[in-house]
Amino acid sequence: MAQTVFAPWDDPQAKPLIQFKNVSKRFGDFTAIENLTQDIYEREFFALLGPSGCGKTTLMRMLAGFENTSEGQILIAGQDMANVPPNKRAVNMMFQSYALFPHLSIWENIAFGLKREGKPKDQIEARVDEMLRLTRLEKFSKRKPHQISGGQRQRVALARSLAKAPKLLLLDEPLGALDKKLRQDTQFELMDIQEKTGTTFVIVTHDQEEAMTVSSRVAVMDEGQIIQVATPAQIYEAPNSVYVADFIGDVNIIDGVATPEGDGYRIAWAEGQTPFVAKTATRFSEGQRCHLAIRPEKVGISAERPVDMANAVAGQIIDIAYLGNISTYHVKLANGQMMKAQAANTRRLSRRTFTWEDQVWLSWTDTAAVVLEN
Amino acid sequence: MRRFSWFNATSLTLGFAFLYLPMLILIIYSFNASRLVTVWAGFSTQWYGTLLQNQSFLDAAWVTIKVAIASSTIATVLGTMAAYVLVRGGRFMGRTLFSGMIYAPLVMPEVITGLSLLLLFIGIGLDRGVFTIVLAHTTFSMCFVSVVVSSRLVSFDKSLEEAALDLGCSAFDAFRLVTLPIIAPAVISGWLLAFTLSLDDLVIASFTAGPSATTLPIRIFSAVRLGVSPEINALSTIMIAIVTVGVVTASIVTKRSSLARQNDEQAAARTT
Amino acid sequence: MRRFILIAVPFFWLLALFLVPFVIVLKISLSDIALSIPPYTPQLDLTDGWAGIKAFLSQLDLENYIFLTQDQLYWKAYVSSLKIALISTVLTLLVGYPIAYGMAQAPDEWRATLLLLVILPFWTSFLIRVYSWMGILSNEGFLNQFLLWTGIISTPLVILNTNTAVYIGIVYTYLPFMILPIYAALEKMDGSLLEAAEDLGCSRSSAFWLVTIPLSKSGIIAGCFLVFIPALGEFVIPSLLGGSDTLMIGKILWEEFFSNRDWPVASAVAVILLLILIIPIVLFQRNEQKQREMDQ
Repeated sequence: MAQTVFAPWDDPQAKPLIQFKNVSKRFGDFTAIENLTQDIYEREFFALLGPSGCGKTTLMRMLAGFENTSEGQILIAGQDMANVPPNKRAVNMMFQSYALFPHLSIWENIAFGLKREGKPKDQIEARVDEMLRLTRLEKFSKRKPHQISGGQRQRVALARSLAKAPKLLLLDEPLGALDKKLRQDTQFELMDIQEKTGTTFVIVTHDQEEAMTVSSRVAVMDEGQIIQVATPAQIYEAPNSVYVADFIGDVNIIDGVATPEGDGYRIAWAEGQTPFVAKTATRFSEGQRCHLAIRPEKVGISAERPVDMANAVAGQIIDIAYLGNISTYHVKLANGQMMKAQAANTRRLSRRTFTWEDQVWLSWTDTAAVVLEN
Repeated sequence: MRRFSWFNATSLTLGFAFLYLPMLILIIYSFNASRLVTVWAGFSTQWYGTLLQNQSFLDAAWVTIKVAIASSTIATVLGTMAAYVLVRGGRFMGRTLFSGMIYAPLVMPEVITGLSLLLLFIGIGLDRGVFTIVLAHTTFSMCFVSVVVSSRLVSFDKSLEEAALDLGCSAFDAFRLVTLPIIAPAVISGWLLAFTLSLDDLVIASFTAGPSATTLPIRIFSAVRLGVSPEINALSTIMIAIVTVGVVTASIVTKRSSLARQNDEQAAARTT
Repeated sequence: MRRFILIAVPFFWLLALFLVPFVIVLKISLSDIALSIPPYTPQLDLTDGWAGIKAFLSQLDLENYIFLTQDQLYWKAYVSSLKIALISTVLTLLVGYPIAYGMAQAPDEWRATLLLLVILPFWTSFLIRVYSWMGILSNEGFLNQFLLWTGIISTPLVILNTNTAVYIGIVYTYLPFMILPIYAALEKMDGSLLEAAEDLGCSRSSAFWLVTIPLSKSGIIAGCFLVFIPALGEFVIPSLLGGSDTLMIGKILWEEFFSNRDWPVASAVAVILLLILIIPIVLFQRNEQKQREMDQ
């Protein structure tokens, strides 16, 4: 099945749906958002990812209209949202607590926004039925929110926020309250619905797995600023900073000093040890401090020294984390630094090659690592 | 760790005996055939008869009910507005004064409130009567209503109002369609509280009623100043009975609905 | 605009019907009694313009306040009211705390009923509840009849129309106001704190004094204020249950106003009572504010 790559952000002709222009937000002395500029395009599933307090929720609430900017502009479909109240925006929000109206039935909850528009009764009924089918809630339409389960309430919240067919849907930690299995299923459902309805989704989450699974682009935030915006693959494989590399997934960070060599660099990381070799597009000058970031799954582990790998280093297994399908080996290197190597458990337990305190070799290619600036 | 000791049992028994014995004695005496209230002369319901034929009591009761309904209704509206301002109003000029004016009447001695209101009415040349009593009762009742409603609003999930706004409601519609239905029990309690306070008020009514308006408490007070009276015993018994039926009914209704709700939630949690 | 109306309506209502009357009371306390309707002078006549206002202000004086300090009756009444209110508050606390504590320790199934039993008297008419003691405490009342019948006493005890009856009356009528805040505070208390105290070596009774009482402090304070402040200015209880030698300022104010028809003096009495109460009222408000912030 041929897949056209969806990447409007690379297209110079594309017009963004949402534009943040030098937006700042202060609460008294506290700066929540610092001079932020970002475009979000139609049909994107855009994730705002970061720890608590990084400003992602504030950003979302500004899009919804519950907060004003202290400085800067927010444009939606080219229109400045400065004085537009939330009830007048073509934006709808799915709340973290779902915020279902407890005194109304499921049907009435979903119909609520449509009734405010003053649509004729038959149109409202048709649309509500459509939403009920989309979220598989037909059997529960007469019930009240306290008479259905948590997972069902989440679907009602989604149906209610999509009923008005908004151009932009904001999702505030939508899957937080669900257990793991339900969360995974719902993630795919969300992606499905987003594609089917063609709505632009902006999701706020602190769960990096979720962001990576559902989104077309991820914006990693910290302290009111966006550190990096890229597709999940790019974020994972080519983080632009130690913060991003560390935030997403597991990573080994080795500090060192770079020396240009050939079309790559030699990174001296410890006295008396062979420097590592890495290729990177970033320019480093002679003697510049840098960080080498390698994902554990890209680090091979072997009993013998490998012959044809660009980088190899000896160490001792201090700890093994057995996770069923993979094992993570915590290996202590000569200078005392710990590195993690991950390998699939292709063989059964009793036939496993490595155990605690084994002397092993870790190895990786010259393109497996990313070299990051200090 | 809760241990219900002998001390606890004794203090509860003695305590509730202390609270209820006087009222029970009153009820028993109301059926005393003798006019000398404290000398038991046999069971009789005659005093109920004389009470219900006593026109001045009936008139006073009617005035009292009118005043209570009017003042509690207005007080509920004003008190709910005040509660909303206190909880959601944010900062505005005069907020400290506003909150002071809401809390002070809760504890202010009634003689002071009554005196000050009467002097106001005279000062502006307003004739005293049913209208002035209603104004007076509304004023102190709205503070009680606002305390009841604001404590409910504080625990009210703000995101419900935001969801309503997000879906297209104006601020007033959001209040009308979402907030109000949900805080309704608190608003109703506020109304009942205001109603009871008005029904029961003696001091402020005495100051602010004119010669033309007599409320039931005023009537009762002038009767009992002279001593115990069997008709008052009968009246008291009727009032106690009405309150008891009301409070017990309300409590049963609330318990039933909260039980039903619990069952629903448990049933829902078992499905997916 | 809507927001303005929302704030303005209750605000101006209270301003006009709560605050402004106090200003008027102040003004009249500075006036003189007169045989007129209304029975005080001077009266503000704005038709004379600025000169009229100046003449008006010049006629106000502190005569009434001086009168209050000179006549022993008032001074004694203030002190007596403070004494009675304080003692009653302490008595109500001593009676109310064990009840609230018992309710908090009771099994869950009983709680709703116990709460109901406390709230019921609260909803019943205040006047009736005070009145009920008249039939009990009088010389031929229930209490004396019972004591005489059991032979505990041989002549009736004189309780009605004395200060003792007033104490009983205040404790009885204000008891729910003391029980409810204390119960609320005790109910919120984390039971595992007591277990921790015992684990660290406290006996049952010292755990009570060192842990339970301090943690229910906010409830105790709220309850005491809810009794002390209104009790200070009480009228109905001293009037029906007290005697002619029961000096309470609420009664004095009433008599000054209705019997003596001396409105200026009554107003001065009210102003001084208010000044005495300002500190407790502000403290009460602060305590409530703190409680609300802690709950949020």
